[in-house]
Amino acid sequence: MQQVFSIPKSFKNDFHFTFCPGCDHGIVMRLVAEVIDELNIRENIISSTSIGCSVFIYDFLNIDCVEAPHGRALASATGVKRAQPDKIVFTYSGDGDFASIGLAESMHTALRGEKITSFMINNTTYGMTGGQLGPTTTMGQKTTTSPMGRNKEYYGYPIKMAEHIALCDGTAFSARVAVDSVPHINEAKKAIKKAFQVQLDGLGFGFTEILSSCPTNWKMSPEQAHERIRGEMTEVFPLGVFKDITLK
Amino acid sequence: MGKIVIDNDRCKSCYICTQTCPKKLIKKSDKTNRLGDFMVEFNDPNGECIGCAMCAKRCPDLAITEVWR
Repeated sequence: MQQVFSIPKSFKNDFHFTFCPGCDHGIVMRLVAEVIDELNIRENIISSTSIGCSVFIYDFLNIDCVEAPHGRALASATGVKRAQPDKIVFTYSGDGDFASIGLAESMHTALRGEKITSFMINNTTYGMTGGQLGPTTTMGQKTTTSPMGRNKEYYGYPIKMAEHIALCDGTAFSARVAVDSVPHINEAKKAIKKAFQVQLDGLGFGFTEILSSCPTNWKMSPEQAHERIRGEMTEVFPLGVFKDITLK
Repeated sequence: MGKIVIDNDRCKSCYICTQTCPKKLIKKSDKTNRLGDFMVEFNDPNGECIGCAMCAKRCPDLAITEVWR
């Protein structure tokens, strides 16, 4: 018999995820760890995280990490990359971290074309702080700070980060993927690998937005949460590659 | 013919794997693990598992640690 699946070597020994049952952070972290293993860059990689459930990546991955102030993961990553240009630098953030608290840092890192890789986990809410309305909350979605549902008069519209980042001239790769089913998980891994590859080739900023579930704050079962990603969320946030300069 | 290895103490009872398995070989167990959750168990008396690893790819807690084919 041949082993077709094993835990990536980039994880720490005897780690246990501290996320809620059914949270997709574990899947995305596994994909990142698998890509780090496949590209054989574990000894040469530095991650930068700032705030939210995403920050726990330093508890699970056996890599060097920098802890940045709230939302400033990309600013810290820029400093690390400029000080040590031979290292591979990536950030791992949630949507509140990347698209609200750190929006200025995120957009300007893409505009400067910094040779770093960023992952944004989009679960349409602030997960760690208890399910408040976030920048990506969809229209009509009920959260603890929008109990009647998001409406355009009071709260405005959700932000579509993958499209915005794709418009920046410094961006080499921008895609949106989901982790709600096995085919989508396989596509997500390809996008994550590509986002690292453009940095390794020195082409520019690599970005991947990952649609993920938050069953606890959506008050759904894990399967219902994945149904929501397949239906309501992919209508608002269409999947696909929005920019890839290697195709030209 | 395939088989999977489940780390019981990692399982948080989200039951995504029970719905993902194309042969429905993973079921909710009667026993609880260290976390107090009713974990899942793999039961394949007729050797139906094809080792597709779909359960392991969708497990958010990496509780399915090995898949053999």
